[in-house]
Amino acid sequence: MRVPVKELKVEERIKCFDEVCLGYSEEEAVLEASRCLNCKSANCVKKCPVGVDIPKFIEYIKKREFEKAAEIIFKYNSLPSICGRVCPQEIQCEGGCVLGKKGEAVAIGKLERFIGDYVLNNDIDVFKKEPKKNKKVAVVGSGPAGLSCASTLAILGYDVTIFEALHEAGGVLVYGIPEFRLPKEKIVKKEIENLLKLGVEIKTNVIVGRTVTLNQLFDELGYEAVFIGTGAGLPKFMGIKGENANGVYSANEFLTRANLMRAFLDEYDTPLKIGKRVAVIGGGNVAMDAARTAVRLGAEVHIIYRRTEDEMPARLEEIHHAKEEGVIFDVLTNPVEILADENGWVKGMVLRKMELKGVDESGRRIPVEVEGSDYVEEFDTVIMAIGTVPNPIISYTTSEIKINNKRCIVVEEDTGKTTMEGVYAGGDAVTGAATVILAMGAGKRAAYAIDHYLSNNNN
Amino acid sequence: MYKIIEKNFLAENIVMFKIKAPMVAKSAKPGQFVIVRIDEKGERIPLTICDYDRSLGTVSIVVQVVGASTCKMAKLNQGDYILDFAGPLGNASEFVNLNEEELKNKKYLFVAGGVGAAPIYPQVKYLRQLGVYCDVIIGARSKELVILKEDIEKLGCRVYISTDDGSLGIRGRVTDLVKKLVEEGNTYDEVVAIGPVVMMKFVSMLTKELNIKTTVSLNSIMVDGTGMCGACRVTVGGQTKFTCTDGPEFDGHLVDYDEVIKRQNMFRDEEVRRMHHTSECSCF
Ligand SMILES: Cc1cc2nc3c(=O)[nH]c(=O)nc-3n(C[C@H](O)[C@H](O)[C@H](O)COP(=O)(O)OP(=O)(O)OC[C@H]3O[C@@H](n4cnc5c(N)ncnc54)[C@H](O)[C@@H]3O)c2cc1C
Ligand SMILES: Cc1cc2nc3c(=O)[nH]c(=O)nc-3n(C[C@H](O)[C@H](O)[C@H](O)COP(=O)(O)OP(=O)(O)OC[C@H]3O[C@@H](n4cnc5c(N)ncnc54)[C@H](O)[C@@H]3O)c2cc1C
Ligand code: FES
Repeated sequence: MRVPVKELKVEERIKCFDEVCLGYSEEEAVLEASRCLNCKSANCVKKCPVGVDIPKFIEYIKKREFEKAAEIIFKYNSLPSICGRVCPQEIQCEGGCVLGKKGEAVAIGKLERFIGDYVLNNDIDVFKKEPKKNKKVAVVGSGPAGLSCASTLAILGYDVTIFEALHEAGGVLVYGIPEFRLPKEKIVKKEIENLLKLGVEIKTNVIVGRTVTLNQLFDELGYEAVFIGTGAGLPKFMGIKGENANGVYSANEFLTRANLMRAFLDEYDTPLKIGKRVAVIGGGNVAMDAARTAVRLGAEVHIIYRRTEDEMPARLEEIHHAKEEGVIFDVLTNPVEILADENGWVKGMVLRKMELKGVDESGRRIPVEVEGSDYVEEFDTVIMAIGTVPNPIISYTTSEIKINNKRCIVVEEDTGKTTMEGVYAGGDAVTGAATVILAMGAGKRAAYAIDHYLSNNNN
Repeated sequence: MYKIIEKNFLAENIVMFKIKAPMVAKSAKPGQFVIVRIDEKGERIPLTICDYDRSLGTVSIVVQVVGASTCKMAKLNQGDYILDFAGPLGNASEFVNLNEEELKNKKYLFVAGGVGAAPIYPQVKYLRQLGVYCDVIIGARSKELVILKEDIEKLGCRVYISTDDGSLGIRGRVTDLVKKLVEEGNTYDEVVAIGPVVMMKFVSMLTKELNIKTTVSLNSIMVDGTGMCGACRVTVGGQTKFTCTDGPEFDGHLVDYDEVIKRQNMFRDEEVRRMHHTSECSCF
């Protein structure tokens, strides 16, 4: 049996935005680490998108050599405090753990988080910076892809500037994922401070493509390479009737108002209006975050999802927490129309029942409409969490950057090299909406490719 | 941090600020806007770029006090700082993509309602510098609220005024002037109308009848201004568009104005609460 991790009580947490999972203490971490069999096959490593040497870092936790454990993790992952909190471990590392076959997998995510937090809390310097190379590299976007690319390049000795469109660095980590899952002051800000300590400069309020173009970064500002990590921030809507009614938000708008603009605090100016009955459309992490945020703002919240709980792409822990907090799951249900009152405000939705038939090429069950099953439910807020596509500004304004039919930037898989000389890209901007660990990994990989490119570029 | 270099009241509740923002000044084009956040607790508000000086690195904005944030802004003074000033955002006006040859024989009619005179100023300035013919109509409730009249006249175009109370120019509405100018035999290739949504709606209805291409600049509610939230969505020609990345200028004959008006009022109750909260506005 896993060492249980302490959590904030349900009654308490639904009234505040404090972090729900409290993490392991040293004793608990060591105890949990001792469950690892250090097995030869190490399927956990194979299932980790960046191949962290998991048995090894756990071995060091067993021996209470936490700094050594950190050294191992940081070789592969520059953001363990964050990934430990948000990775879908059940389908990655922990999904490979042999203990999971009969009982519970080792809590690898919680152990990773423990080490990440240990490093942040004790100001441990895990990086050995190489001598300065006196070459400038620009990183566009400050989400996990940009942050990891910047830190890797800074360690390699480059002068790195991050350009961020918003007023705060962090990408989805600050505007999307809520405080109760990923604390901003304690974790995200600290990660960013560490980046500053490495000498990385962060320029906020710069929209590359508008404030400066990619070409200007090279020609006028003297950068020798550029990494694009602009994410997939453009929200999709369903295209159904009534979707522009007042009270219909994209999850991005709802979460940005709540997280980035802190609209739930009275002393902040940004407004956020939420009704008594809220419907969140979707079954991913974004939907769970929106639903749980709405719960904390005092609403009765329904998740509307067209497949069943088994197909939901959200992390297991989020689904579990959402249920604990009273979110109602209306599965096999799909909205067909949003109804508005005479002032243009949402008053309800026409919903249609679905059933699952067969599987698609990716192996997912296909939802099919049940004819004649339409019914009306009253709601006063609707939040669309049905996905996002890459931000268009750079590709709109730079013809040299090729994109595919999903608006994703086209790159060479191993290096992140784009169709424009000296420009690399990674993260959601390349893959479409994916995960923090994949974005982090892509940023790091591109940093090495940029190093290779600039080392062979003799000017 | 962005320094306020100059502050002037253009009318009782309309203030012009000149802000030091070299990167924005360098890239700004007519038709674009900035997003401003005054302080740590402030909201992100969109404001049109009204003028820019690339050599001095300054950008001018004109703010009409309508609620809590604009009120807070109007209280700032020369020498104070604004925390965030991001831009230029949105697409430049369509004519910026035309060359001199294409523009040479075109005739433009600009129609400004109230503070709308500020966003049309850089457009008229740009066109006049290329010698393009422009007439300008400014409408306001009364004489005191007519702004930038002399500045626009100095660009070398005829300026016609309408006021609701007749205290300046004709007594009536901007649409009366549009009708009059066309009836007098003036012809225009394009009308650019910027002001309150209702005004843009009525100008567009009229120009549709008159069969003149019309461009409007929409001032939807925004959050990020970079295409990330969809708060600014509008229906144009039956399709959903994002004002910040697809606009802010759209074909005036295709915009669903009633939806724009409804969506602008989305946070009215909240705003009123906030206004009481932030103490009385006493900037003028
Ligand atoms: C609500 C929510 C919950 C999620 N939960 C999880 C989870 O639990 N686990 C998980 O693994 N993943 C989760 N994800 C997905 C994960 O956050 C993303 O895959 C990841 O953040 C992608 O990183 P990125 O660096 O590519 O882009 P982003 O994090 O999107 O960052 C891109 C940054 O670039 C900036 N930018 C964009 N255009 C420009 C420009 N032109 N100039 C300058 N800057 C620009 C943006 O403002 C932004 O700050 C979640 C996503 C959301 C929205
Ligand atoms: C692209 C763009 C360019 C703009 N340019 C300018 C400009 O150059 N000068 C200027 O003074 N204003 C401009 N605006 C409008 C300006 O952003 C709003 O007036 C401002 O955000 C209101 O903030 P507030 O907190 O003071 O008022 P709030 O308290 O938010 O609102 C007060 C009242 O004004 C209404 N309101 C709110 N937002 C808007 C809006 N966007 N348009 C019209 N009414 C609104 C509300 O319904 C409410 O009744 C522009 C808007 C956009 C989208
Ligand atoms: S303001 Fe957020 S998408 Fe336009």
